[in-house]
Parts: sequence; C-alpha cells; structure tokens
Amino acid sequence: MASTATAQQTKWWNGGRSPFNVEYGKLMMWYFLMSDAFTFGAFLISYGTIRFSQNFWPDPNVVFNAFPGMGHANLPLAFVSVMTFILILSSVTMVLAVHEGHRGNRKGVMKWMIWTIAGGFAFLLCQAWEWHHLITGHHAVLAEGNKIELVSQTMGGNPWGKLVDPAVAQKALAASSSEILAPIVHDYHKEGMEVASIAQLEQMPPNQLLSMIDMEHLHIREKGPIAFGGYFFGITGFHGFHVFSGVIINIIMLIMTSKGVFDRRGHYLMIEKAGLYWHFVDLVWVFVFLCFYLV
Amino acid sequence: MEHQASSEVTFHHHVPGNENVKRIIKTTVILSVITIIELAMGFGIYFIHKNPDYSRGLVLGIKGCIVILSLAKAFYIISIFMHLGDEIRNMIMSVAVPIMLFIWFIAAFLWDGNSYKNLRNTYDKHFEERTTEQKGKGGH
Repeated sequence: MASTATAQQTKWWNGGRSPFNVEYGKLMMWYFLMSDAFTFGAFLISYGTIRFSQNFWPDPNVVFNAFPGMGHANLPLAFVSVMTFILILSSVTMVLAVHEGHRGNRKGVMKWMIWTIAGGFAFLLCQAWEWHHLITGHHAVLAEGNKIELVSQTMGGNPWGKLVDPAVAQKALAASSSEILAPIVHDYHKEGMEVASIAQLEQMPPNQLLSMIDMEHLHIREKGPIAFGGYFFGITGFHGFHVFSGVIINIIMLIMTSKGVFDRRGHYLMIEKAGLYWHFVDLVWVFVFLCFYLV
Repeated sequence: MEHQASSEVTFHHHVPGNENVKRIIKTTVILSVITIIELAMGFGIYFIHKNPDYSRGLVLGIKGCIVILSLAKAFYIISIFMHLGDEIRNMIMSVAVPIMLFIWFIAAFLWDGNSYKNLRNTYDKHFEERTTEQKGKGGH
C-alpha cells in the first residue's frame, strides 16, 4: 500500500504534523475512552471482588428469565440477547454512517444515523422495562428461617438466595397471612384455575389460599446478597446513561449533518468521533453482558 | 471523495468503498456468531445447574470459554468498527499499553476477594454454614 511507504519515510516527530497521523480531537476522544474504560473497569472489578468474596451468588439464569408480554414463562437469557443484538446492530449502522461520511454522502450518513438513534432508543426502552420488572416484581422469600416475606430486586433487597427445603417453605407458608399469600396465589396458582384480583384474594382465608398455590412451580428462596442490586443497577445504570448521552450526541450529529455543516467543513470527522463513542458503549455492553448475565 | 481533514494528518487511509462494506458485514457476522455461541454456553450452564451434583470444574471451564469469546468480540469491535487497527503502530500502542494495566487490576482484586472469602470461612464458621449451598440442593 502507498500509505505504508509514506509512513516509513515521514519524520513523524519533527513537528508540523500529528505524530500519530490523527486529528487532535479524534486522538483525545481515544484517550477519553481509555480513561472511561478504566472507570467502567473499576466498577466491574469491584463487583468481581465482592462476588469472589461470597460463598453464594445468584444464578443470572434465575434472575433474568422474563420477557415482555410472556407473563411468568421461564425464558432465561432471552430478553438480554435481544438487547445485545439491538446494540450490535446499532453499532453496525454507525460504522456504515462513518463509511458514508468518508465518501461525503450526506443522505447516506443521515439514513444510517437515524437507524443508529432508533437502535439506541430501543435499547433504552428494553432497559427501562427490565429495571421496572425487577423493581416491581414480588418474590416470596423465607426470612429469619420461619416466615414468608415478599421481596423485590432493589438496592436494599435481593430475593435470589439459596433454595429453601420444600418442607420448611410449606410450614412457613402455612403460618402466613392472606396479605402475603394473595400475591403468591395470583402469580403461582394451580393450572386451569380462574383467579380473582389480588384485592379480592386478600379477603379469602389463608387456608383456602394455601390450597390454591402451585407448589410445583413456586420456588421459595432465602434472601440473596444485598450487594447484587447496587452493583447491577449502578453499573447497568451507568452504561444506560452512556447510551442515553450517546443517543443525544447522535441526534446533534444528525441535525448538523442535515444542515450541511460537515459538507461546508469538507469532512465528516465529527461523525467519526461520535462513532467512536457509540462503539465504546457497545464495547462496554460486551463486558456488562458477560459479567452480569452470562457468567 | 478525499477530504483534507486537517493539516496535522499526513496521509489518509485508502479503503476502497466496496471492500470496507464487505469487511463491516464480515465483522457483523463474526460478532453475531460469537454472541450466539456465548448464549448457547449460557444455556448450557443453566441446564448443568439443574443437576444437583453438577461438576463445578465444567461450569468454570465454560465460563472461561465465554470470557475468551467476549475478549474476541472486544478485539473485533475495537480493531474494525473503531478502526484502531488501521491507525499507525505508535498510536495503537499509546492506547493498548495502558490498557495492559487491567491484567494486574483484575488479577489482584479478584484474588483479594477470594482471599477475604477464605479468611471468613476459616474464622467465621457461622458465615460459612449460613451462605454455603449444601450438596444435593444446589441450583434449582
């Protein structure tokens, strides 16, 4: 290649040119991303330290098994694989936008930027649904060895602890009030049974509610490590914030492109820099996906 | 087609249009296939966990494979999508060398967490009994 020969003959450090043969802003974007990688890395490594210090850690296949519109069907990893593919594809459309930018094709850049923004929004919607599902879902948990509590996945509670022996769980359920049993019956009732609203169920006596529970599918667990929630919401939230700011940057780039700013400048370097940021968001997701959902 | 981006830049990378698109498509396919393999391995762990006496070594091995596949994905994203592979060597090194710090960072802190667990299990038997999964009741 011609450029290789040029690279060898050029006196890179004599001044007047970038020794790295890149524009200043792009180089600084690389160094910003490198420092951001250490920020994310520090978060993920601290999560790893806590996880390694525990004898028990929740199985991601148990925590992340819901899919929008599928009720209580057990679909481990399904929804997060949709999110992963959305982010990979929006990364691809971003490279294609950068590619059209190299060719100075304004229409092409705009087309691919719109797809990239759409992908970013879709990812954020998925994440909003997932958080909402985790925070509002109630799970029957054995507390203090003898009573049932309803716990959500939040910063202060984790319902994904060790499985409880069915005999112990049965005994604790039998001692529970209608207020505790009603939501459990609502979610885990015997097959083919018509079930009223939670408010109506609460009016029934505990004995009757107990007989309605489908013990085959109701797995009662202990409380799990509290740190799980803080790390999960903290790290996916920090990543989601990056996605959000990436979407905003991409929208600004789209407006600038449509106004012909880059045509007047004579180059589409800004699209390349926004692209670097967007790919970094995808890159971080590879590791968030790895640490929280896969292993 | 070629723009003089900045006077600092000495030469531009000439990647013919069709070849570049081909390379992007090829990388997309590679990333998708790796992700599908990772998901299949994740499901594999799920089914292995269903057996109460599953082999912990096997699960650890699968997890190791998933980590290596994720690193491969990261390499493709950085090298092809972010075009770092097309930059000159000094520029690549100025990013790649500091990132090597992660080798120490990860090893030291996971080791530390593991050591804390071992110390607690040794000196706090109540913690060990309370949090360790009994054999034959593991997983689901």
